[in-house]
Amino acid sequence: MSAAHRAVALLLLALAILAPLLPGFPPFWVTLLSYIGLSALVALGLVVLVGVAGLTSFGQAMFVGFGAYTTAILTTRYGFSPWATLPVALVVSGLLAWGIGAITLRLKGHYLAIATIAWNVSFFYLAGNLDFFQRNDGISGIPAITLFGIDFARSMNFYWLVLACVVLAILLTRNLLDSRAGRAVRALRGGALAAESFGVNTFNARVLAFVYAGVLAGLSGWLYAHLQRAVNPSPFGINMSIDYLLMAVAGGVHNIGGALLGAAIVTLLRDQLQTLLPWLLNAQGNFETIVFGGLLILILQFSPQGLWPHLMKLVSRLLPRPAEAPVPPISEAPPLPLRAQPARGAEVLRASELRKQFGGLVAVDNVGFTLNAGEVVGLIGPNGAGKSTTFNLLTGVLAATKGNVAFLGEEICGSTARHIATRGVARTFQHVKLVRGMSVLDNVALGAHLRGAAGPLSAALHLDRAEEARIFALAWQQLHRVGLAQCAHLVADDLSLGQQRLVEIARALCLDPVLLLLDEPAAGLRHLEKAALARLLDRLRQDGMTILLVEHDMDFVMNLTDRLVVMNFGAELAQGRPKDIQGNPAVIDAYLGTAA
Amino acid sequence: MAVDLSILLVLVQDGIVNGAIYGLLALALVIVFTVTRVILVPIGEFVAFGALTLAALETGTLPGTVWLLGILGVASAACRLWASRRHATMRSVAWQIGTSLLLPVVVAGLAWACIHWQAPQLVKVLVALAIVAPMGPYLYDVVYRPMADASVLVLLIVSVALHLALQGLGLVFFGSEGSRTQSLADTTLEIGPLFISGQSIVVVLVTLALIVALFLFFERTLMGRALRATAVNRLGAQLVAISPALCGHVAFTLAASIGALGGILISAMTTIYYDTGFLIALKGFVAAVIGGLVSYPLAAASAILIGLVESFASFHASAFKEVLVFMIIIPVLLWRSWRTPALLDEGEE
Repeated sequence: MSAAHRAVALLLLALAILAPLLPGFPPFWVTLLSYIGLSALVALGLVVLVGVAGLTSFGQAMFVGFGAYTTAILTTRYGFSPWATLPVALVVSGLLAWGIGAITLRLKGHYLAIATIAWNVSFFYLAGNLDFFQRNDGISGIPAITLFGIDFARSMNFYWLVLACVVLAILLTRNLLDSRAGRAVRALRGGALAAESFGVNTFNARVLAFVYAGVLAGLSGWLYAHLQRAVNPSPFGINMSIDYLLMAVAGGVHNIGGALLGAAIVTLLRDQLQTLLPWLLNAQGNFETIVFGGLLILILQFSPQGLWPHLMKLVSRLLPRPAEAPVPPISEAPPLPLRAQPARGAEVLRASELRKQFGGLVAVDNVGFTLNAGEVVGLIGPNGAGKSTTFNLLTGVLAATKGNVAFLGEEICGSTARHIATRGVARTFQHVKLVRGMSVLDNVALGAHLRGAAGPLSAALHLDRAEEARIFALAWQQLHRVGLAQCAHLVADDLSLGQQRLVEIARALCLDPVLLLLDEPAAGLRHLEKAALARLLDRLRQDGMTILLVEHDMDFVMNLTDRLVVMNFGAELAQGRPKDIQGNPAVIDAYLGTAA
Repeated sequence: MAVDLSILLVLVQDGIVNGAIYGLLALALVIVFTVTRVILVPIGEFVAFGALTLAALETGTLPGTVWLLGILGVASAACRLWASRRHATMRSVAWQIGTSLLLPVVVAGLAWACIHWQAPQLVKVLVALAIVAPMGPYLYDVVYRPMADASVLVLLIVSVALHLALQGLGLVFFGSEGSRTQSLADTTLEIGPLFISGQSIVVVLVTLALIVALFLFFERTLMGRALRATAVNRLGAQLVAISPALCGHVAFTLAASIGALGGILISAMTTIYYDTGFLIALKGFVAAVIGGLVSYPLAAASAILIGLVESFASFHASAFKEVLVFMIIIPVLLWRSWRTPALLDEGEE
């Protein structure tokens, strides 16, 4: 966020505070603004859930209901003060979100969506039929909030309370997304596979996003109960959940500002439509659903990013261009403690009798080799030889049908990708797996996930800054190392394919690996870039790192590697020094075909 | 409450009959999901439209769905002509205009004739089906086809939005009053302590007939095999000249017809409101989810289970029957979640 954007945001905030004080500002508008704020809280949660984590919930109105009913029941039946029920309401919403998430988030994304539909409909019927919730009559007589003699029953005061909550939620969300835990959630969109191989627990990241969205909805519900001073099941039904989703999608599900914009548009539109449509159709009913449903479809068809990016394009035309972000100088000192590397020449990895069968197809058959510390080993072979499958067996992405892999003496065959990453194995991918829409620097910082420890709570409260600074110093160091420091602030998917491969290497180096697995690192690089890459890998070897690489560029492989393992049709064909392999008749046959 | 044998038999009968209808819907949902990746939430609106259109025909009023069909026909024609503007031939244009513009006019004429000459019940049922069924492919053209490559999740959001819009339109066309239709068979069969209503027999027979017909369609016809091929591998099917649009049309026509038929069958046994369809469809949905959205036999079997749970729940705890039915989904998701080792393949759309 540039200084100019910050200024605009502060100006808007000042306007939001002062405008209702203007003489002649209609009191009804103040109420309307409060409702926009309440909806914005829920939509903000959906931005994190839908836009950042790539999940969808049709149950946010239910979480609003959890918050609202919690405070309604505690204040009216047990005489709690509203402030005492606030933490309870947040915890109840968060715990229920955690429970629902725990049973659905291991499955594909649409199961969460379906489950939330079923939950929301069930909650609606439960609230309408159970005496505990006082059925469809609902609970009335909820006390107003007061603080130091300020009476929040007055709509103007209440509006300021809502505004404070929204500003606080925006700040917390920004802090959270810009942190170790937030990057883990953002990494979900780059594919769970890549995230797991850097030690991100993707299940926990999904649960975190869902719980955060649930807690924000619960806060909205707590406020709603004390604004209305009464609750009944109707505003917590599935239709309202869909409205919240519409707000997030219409505003722009990838931006925090989108949540505010969407909440404002939908709330104002609903207000207008609820008087206009019954008059037009000459009947009573919630006809705005027709317009909302159609609108949601049109936005998803024509502008799936929502309206916020369009607005920002207009605004940025009016603002001065932000100055280029500076590139920090190269520093050599390691910002984070390094792991102990094995002594040069010691055995790092031993794979024996590895076999992988996909149904009837044997992709890898009885392959075995060892890797020693400080060695660059090439895994080569014609297309379809089983090289990438072997990589996936070593990194825990695929489970081997048979065989063993010992890494630093520990059996890792059958371990998860995440566990293998914690032991010090980092990798790149044949098909580049960077998080789209995220900056190069953030992508690289993701590789340092296992070297930090800050949780979401300390991130939201900004208590993680020292650790974050070290993680980013590390990311800069690795970017300098691969020669991409000048691209650090670009969006990762804007880079050329070759550069994206280098970003993957920088990300892998952030893990401080013992063993680096590179899947076709030179593919898509130009000649000079290849030479630079070879120099980099050579330097890493001198530092004692062990490297296994799959590569098709024979010049690159022959000049760089210490040893080669050749595969063909899933089986090991030959092993040896590059010189010997070049003269091996079996290898020449495999590559060039046997002379007839 | 003690349950004696006669009540037990009634409950089981109710469960099986409702379960049969949920099963039909579950089959339609699985067909549409496997072929187009769309989770067709608005199938519930086809249920409501089918029932309420028939009810309107019975009372001698022209149902509002006729107008909706016309509007959707025009929109579909526009979308199809626009999509094929670069490679349009006289024949393709004539076919598009015929199926999207002429068809609603013919159906409207039929509906009018049906009311004017007081057609017999079976004809009304067929006309009601003819009004609702083409909405399936029209909606596919207008809503889903322009974004056929979107992720399952985005398509699901679109489905839910469409459900919202169609439900609102249902309120406009049919009002908030519920309707019931005439029974398709008024006889009652008496076997020992068991009274079986004619309608129950019709429901079960129609369901069985449809399952056999669908089986034959998917096993024996070229179109059916094309649909299965698309379900297995969309790109591969496209490469052997199976048109995804055609498959989408067939799948959506099947779904809309099955939905409308389900509504027509159930509306003789229970009052249908403009928003009842969603709840009925959700039960078909739960059945389809139990089958992982891909297994036909599992979906059909769980539909019967849901019907039985619902009928016993409505006897013992009628206020919570919906809740109990939807809570079946939890152990199923738990089981699926426990069986799934780790989710490592899902990424950006």
